[in-house]
Amino acid sequence: MKIYVLLKRTFDTEEKISVVNGQIDEDSAEFIINPYDEYAVEEAIQQRDAHGGEVTVVTIGNEDSEKQLRTALAIGADKAVLINTEEDLDDGDQFTTAKILEAFFDGKDVDLILAGNVAIDEASGQVGPRIADLLGIPYVTTITSLKIDGTAVNIEKDVEGDVEVIETTLPLLVTCQQGLNEPRYPSLPGIMKAKKKPLEEIYLDDLDLGEDDIEAKTKTIDIFLPPEKAGGRVLEGDVKDQVKELVSLLKNDAKVM
Amino acid sequence: MNFELSKEQQMVKSMVHEFAEEVIKPRAIEIDEQAKFPVDIFKQMGELGLLGIPFPEKYGGSGGDTLSYAIAVEEISRVCASTGLSYAAAVSLGASPIYYFGTEEQKKQFLKPLASGVALGSFGLTEPNAGSDAGGTATTAVLKDDSYIINGEKCFITNASYAETLIITAVTGKNDKGKNMISAFIVPVDTVGVTITSNYDKLGMRGSDTAEIVLNNVSVPKENLLGDASKGFKQFLYTLDGGRISIGALGVGIAQAALEKSLQYAKERKQFGKSISSFQAIQFKLADMAMEVELARNMVHKAAWLKDKGKSFSKEAAFAKLFATETAFRSANQAVQIHGGYGYMREYEVERYLRDAKLLEIGEGTSEIQRLVIARQLGC
Ligand SMILES: Cc1cc2nc3c(=O)[nH]c(=O)nc-3n(C[C@H](O)[C@H](O)[C@H](O)COP(=O)(O)OP(=O)(O)OC[C@H]3O[C@@H](n4cnc5c(N)ncnc54)[C@H](O)[C@@H]3O)c2cc1C
Ligand SMILES: Cc1cc2nc3c(=O)[nH]c(=O)nc-3n(C[C@H](O)[C@H](O)[C@H](O)COP(=O)(O)OP(=O)(O)OC[C@H]3O[C@@H](n4cnc5c(N)ncnc54)[C@H](O)[C@@H]3O)c2cc1C
Repeated sequence: MKIYVLLKRTFDTEEKISVVNGQIDEDSAEFIINPYDEYAVEEAIQQRDAHGGEVTVVTIGNEDSEKQLRTALAIGADKAVLINTEEDLDDGDQFTTAKILEAFFDGKDVDLILAGNVAIDEASGQVGPRIADLLGIPYVTTITSLKIDGTAVNIEKDVEGDVEVIETTLPLLVTCQQGLNEPRYPSLPGIMKAKKKPLEEIYLDDLDLGEDDIEAKTKTIDIFLPPEKAGGRVLEGDVKDQVKELVSLLKNDAKVM
Repeated sequence: MNFELSKEQQMVKSMVHEFAEEVIKPRAIEIDEQAKFPVDIFKQMGELGLLGIPFPEKYGGSGGDTLSYAIAVEEISRVCASTGLSYAAAVSLGASPIYYFGTEEQKKQFLKPLASGVALGSFGLTEPNAGSDAGGTATTAVLKDDSYIINGEKCFITNASYAETLIITAVTGKNDKGKNMISAFIVPVDTVGVTITSNYDKLGMRGSDTAEIVLNNVSVPKENLLGDASKGFKQFLYTLDGGRISIGALGVGIAQAALEKSLQYAKERKQFGKSISSFQAIQFKLADMAMEVELARNMVHKAAWLKDKGKSFSKEAAFAKLFATETAFRSANQAVQIHGGYGYMREYEVERYLRDAKLLEIGEGTSEIQRLVIARQLGC
């Protein structure tokens, strides 16, 4: 089976993030593999181990993304591809990403593409479906179980906490939800072997893409941090009075009712 | 000069950090309180290849370097120093001597299970009457036919109750100068005459097993002699030099944890209407801690780097061990101080850092012995 994983390098939202001049300050942020993409990598490895084949992780990014690709190789992927857009692209959006990956997959023999459900930085959840659409293959988002038998595929999909069971066929794109599997840690021998695994670097030129083909369809107007959380207030007195005060606060202060 | 870690070293750091946070940290208080060696955690560490970082793949290792290993010790000790100590002792003392001095046969038979993490090793040098003065070793090994017969007693030996192989130092004769000739032997724990008991009730490092070993007419084949019979003393000095890098890394881990906890607490704790982090008295403590942690880490990394480059590292390892472990103790002490009365309570963890850090100034050569080693290197 030819298995591809779409992987994004994102900042760690559990670490401190600061915004300088309307941009996330990259120097002070910690970067990680998008956590949902970790489920995708793990699933790809498990499917390969069960059915044979090869796992290739693909990312669009710059030289710094190599660390996340090497980590995926250390976890067990076979090959990595870095589509380096550092020089050629200032701003992209989900449309840009999907167009680049469409060009990348053009002419390739693909059985299964796995992506994260969302990337935790921009959280659009669009890239997977857009690519499937461009490639003309079926897709299922937020999956929590994946069973493959020949080309028949049986999927459990998380629908806001409920489960939907879906039958489909390969080739297929899925986006992975928490609960699909338990991502493993890269092992030490895995980390050491990762440097010997192939990591191919390609540029937009190699994909015959010009800037116009991939120009973003959206504009980012502003980036800002959510307002600092004000200290909480504990209401006191009779339960009856407390409820009254709470309702009044929700109506008049917070204006949520 | 290049102070940047390689991609592999960065990956080792991220991986061990995550593993330590997710698997070890939630258990750290319980491990200390119950003084229980976490067998399951070591099994997992073995599966991840952590116990074999500095050994080649052909001996079951991970093919990493000393620096990666030091990074792993730091990250584990940052969340649980007991686990860090048992880890460092297993690799630096239990397995490394076999790698340094063992024959091909010994490496295949004894190093492989240790490096691949299916078994733990232990190093028995200290005796009730021979601590800093290892030359005073009283355990003896006498060659009889094709076997050595070992008799004696070892104390304070890390991991012995959970180990499969022990490395035991013993006197095998006198050299031309009339001094005791000390040699090292590989002794499987199931050999008849070996008794291991762990009854110590310790101040800190309570989750790390510390045991007493009694050797009563223990017979091992002469092939179990490790390295050169006449160079046993030199060999364990070299082994301890390497071990000091990892104890230094352990100190950096504790000091880093003390700094992180103190900084967070000082920002949150309000007295006199302000965060205590706004008081200069607290700021200076935090500034000193941050500086010392960084300096200690740099020294540990330098000693590890020298070892990886095959250069002499004895003095630098002593610098690293001495400075990093005293940094750990100072930082942990200040962390308790910054936490005030809360810092005295187990729940806040900093009191554990202080108890654990104290061991580092004693084990693998006391602070005084480090100063002796350094002074000797200076030509005194
Ligand atoms: C938790 C724990 C784990 C341990 N693990 C191991 C292990 O795995 N393997 C092992 O072999 N040992 C182990 N040890 C033993 C440890 O290495 C010794 O405790 C240490 O070397 C000190 O020896 P000692 O306790 O006999 O103290 P002593 O040597 O009696 O020292 C007492 C004091 O005298 C000072 N002193 C001694 N000689 C001099 C001198 N010449 N000049 C100035 N001051 C001096 C010392 O610095 C110290 O302050 C462990 C100990 C502990 C507590
Ligand atoms: C075992 C034990 C027994 C106790 N028994 C009693 C008792 O019987 N009765 C009782 O009333 N209390 C008792 N206490 C409480 C004890 O007196 C307090 O813990 C102590 O006064 C410190 O207060 P705190 O813990 O709130 O720390 P904090 O006041 O929060 O101090 C935290 C840190 O900030 C520093 N700090 C605070 N303000 C400043 C400043 N302006 N400038 C510079 N540094 C500052 C402190 O020195 C400390 O390092 C006990 C505590 C313990 C641990």
